[in-house]
Amino acid sequence: MLSADWLNLLGHFLLLSLLSIGGAITVASDMHRVMVDQMSLISDAQFSAAIAIAQASPGPNVLFVAVMGYQAAGIAGAVAILIAIMLPSTTLALFAARWGHERRHWLSVRAFKAGMAPMVVGLLMATGWILATAIEGWHHLVLTALTALLVWKSRLHLLVLVVAGGVLGALGWI
Amino acid sequence: MQRSDGRAAQNDVATGQGSPASPTQLFVAFTLLALQGFGGVIAVAQRVLVEHRQWLTREQFIEILSLAQVLPGPNVCNVALMTGDRFFGWRGAFAALSGMMVLPLIIVLGVAALYAQYATEPAVAGAFRGMGAVAAGLVVGTALKLASALGSNPMGVRVCWLAGATIFMAVALLRLPLVWVLLVLGSLAATFAWTRLRTRNAGDG
Repeated sequence: MLSADWLNLLGHFLLLSLLSIGGAITVASDMHRVMVDQMSLISDAQFSAAIAIAQASPGPNVLFVAVMGYQAAGIAGAVAILIAIMLPSTTLALFAARWGHERRHWLSVRAFKAGMAPMVVGLLMATGWILATAIEGWHHLVLTALTALLVWKSRLHLLVLVVAGGVLGALGWI
Repeated sequence: MQRSDGRAAQNDVATGQGSPASPTQLFVAFTLLALQGFGGVIAVAQRVLVEHRQWLTREQFIEILSLAQVLPGPNVCNVALMTGDRFFGWRGAFAALSGMMVLPLIIVLGVAALYAQYATEPAVAGAFRGMGAVAAGLVVGTALKLASALGSNPMGVRVCWLAGATIFMAVALLRLPLVWVLLVLGSLAATFAWTRLRTRNAGDG
């Protein structure tokens, strides 16, 4: 059942797991590159829906990865890809929690943190860009920009925004 | 062989804080808090773990969270792991993380199955276009929030902007593989930050 493609994909997700500083959404642009552009396992619409579904559901947002796996290969795909994205980072976190406890003021730890901060911002912007351009047309960009502004400047509950987007879309306005 | 599992737990019990009775209680507590967390579980985790259950002090929570944010992996999953680990070692870590993931995974796959079935309905497709547009905005908004914290970065605002813009172009526009981009730019940035921090420390002392 596991094709060579899937082994490659899972290997890539194991690697992405270690790069996912700031959460899996930070590396979503690279998941799009591999799953949509290279392997055509899912479509642009499915990619965008996976992230929307995870954000509209309770629980950690990393579950969007499980939804993409499900769309590509059913329940087995969902579980396999979720384990791949979680296992390395989880193992690392467990060891680092014990190791890093007393070392959080070390120069190298602080330098790593400082160096990574703008990377995380740039990568989140890249994910936002990929998500926004995964949807055809340009009307929706108004909604995207408005949402970004509200998230940045207000304390409006995220769920309110997602539901509002769903309603506007269902009415055919997006 | 020394096991560090029990040692961390004893330290925390000594602070006189509340603590979970068993890994099962951790599992249940994390399931309940995950179910309350729509679009972001960190805020709920803080309320439940610090204010409601009092398993962690505010300082302990902030320390765990700041470590979770530097490490790869979903922040909130790392928080669950580290909290569980404090009380019951790896068994606690596993219990807390599964609590956070299992039921939400079932729910999200249920929604995904429904979506797959009705994706061709125009209203459903439209709703997901709208939600996708909002999802993009949520991510950009989060980036903007984080960007405003770059003012205090030791590399300086201009270098931060340059670094952020470069990685954006490489990944979003040129669609280069992230591994290489992050290895090159990340190590350059971390090295630069290191030299800046070192000069600053030398200046202070």
